[in-house]
Amino acid sequence: MDDKTLIAMRVAQELRPGDLVNLGIGLPTLVASMVPREAGIFFQSENGIVGMQATPEEGLEADDLTDAGGNPISALPGSATFDSAMSFGLIRGGHLDVTVLGGLQVDCQGRLANWMIPGSLVPGMGGAMDLVTGARRVIVAMTHTAKGKPKIVEACSLPLTSTRRVDLIVTEMAVIEPTAEGLVLKELAPDAELEAVLRATGTRLVIREPVPRMRFSAAG
Amino acid sequence: MGKATTIKVANAVAAVPQGATLMIGGFMGVGSPHRLIDELVRQGKSGLTIIANDTARQGFAIGKLIGARLVRRVVTSHIGTNPETQKQMLAGELEVELVPQGTLAERIRAGGYGLGGVLTRTGVGTTVAQGKRTVEIDGNVYLLEMPLRAQFALISARRADHIGNLTYGMTARNFNPLMAMAADVVMAESREIVPVGVIAPDEVMTPAVLVDYLIARERSNG
Repeated sequence: MDDKTLIAMRVAQELRPGDLVNLGIGLPTLVASMVPREAGIFFQSENGIVGMQATPEEGLEADDLTDAGGNPISALPGSATFDSAMSFGLIRGGHLDVTVLGGLQVDCQGRLANWMIPGSLVPGMGGAMDLVTGARRVIVAMTHTAKGKPKIVEACSLPLTSTRRVDLIVTEMAVIEPTAEGLVLKELAPDAELEAVLRATGTRLVIREPVPRMRFSAAG
Repeated sequence: MGKATTIKVANAVAAVPQGATLMIGGFMGVGSPHRLIDELVRQGKSGLTIIANDTARQGFAIGKLIGARLVRRVVTSHIGTNPETQKQMLAGELEVELVPQGTLAERIRAGGYGLGGVLTRTGVGTTVAQGKRTVEIDGNVYLLEMPLRAQFALISARRADHIGNLTYGMTARNFNPLMAMAADVVMAESREIVPVGVIAPDEVMTPAVLVDYLIARERSNG
């Protein structure tokens, strides 16, 4: 299994039946395919739908039914569509159970930077600041390092997305829970060694041994 | 106020002065008024300030206005899908105000609903907070975000009736109904136009009293 699949599978275990969930672009979108339909999870797309389903059958795309990237989607029975104020009212008003977002950096207090790299990448924050500030639970799904450098660091060199402490970080090496006492190492990936995780992390981790392994059932 | 006046797209756009401030509906071009945008390009309306969720892609929807260098300033949440916007911004040719998407929606709503501003936790402690007032209420810190209004709102509906009541399709609704409240003059184009009564009162998403101009359909047989 590749790193991104492992991260998405582990994140999927965090979702509960009936949750309203918003997935960020990139790696987080993989999570939707890891969740069985019967789990009854509602996925929101911030352009104005609850109940989105990933991809329509070829030939059944609708011009007026797309995800936040403008790509055709489908809608499950029971879906609802609405305007942007309600869409962000769901996010900012505390109605969204979980958001899963990619990350560029997370600091020792669990604060996320994921919206710009000054001087080179200025896409705009889109809905990221609203999601991190307003969702009941924020899960960061990202690779542990970028070009060999830690992404979990003492202090973010990149601009923060929000000052809110995220709830969980899932990487291909570990599951980490930011708490008031620091970043707690909750789980190790099936083939990750503790020493390697510590080397790949740019700040102190709170370790309560024994640290369990991620567990995946045969069905995923 | 009252019912909308049906008007040809060329005449509607002719009423837009150079340098005007426009709200344009749509999300990545979905639910954008493509005929009005094409006409803005054809008539070369330049120096525009655009308030919109994003600048779409190069050569598509609002991306056409950027590509034709008709835009002086844009207030938006996301430009990452249009490299041309970023290029003009970095070259100092285009001023870009980046606004969190929920804050953008609420600022437009405030402008249209007569509110003096919005208090939000989004952006507190980030670069977005620079130069903005904060207000503390019950121990929570909020940013004061100011209302947005425009001279013109250019919006797109799925269905309009003859007096200008509008409905939108699925995710094409997005910013359209908010913008219909927040501009001095509202121009709406629609995929179809039906007689009054076909849209039931309960189905109306934007009432006709908000729509000044309904863009006439072109005769397909010339």
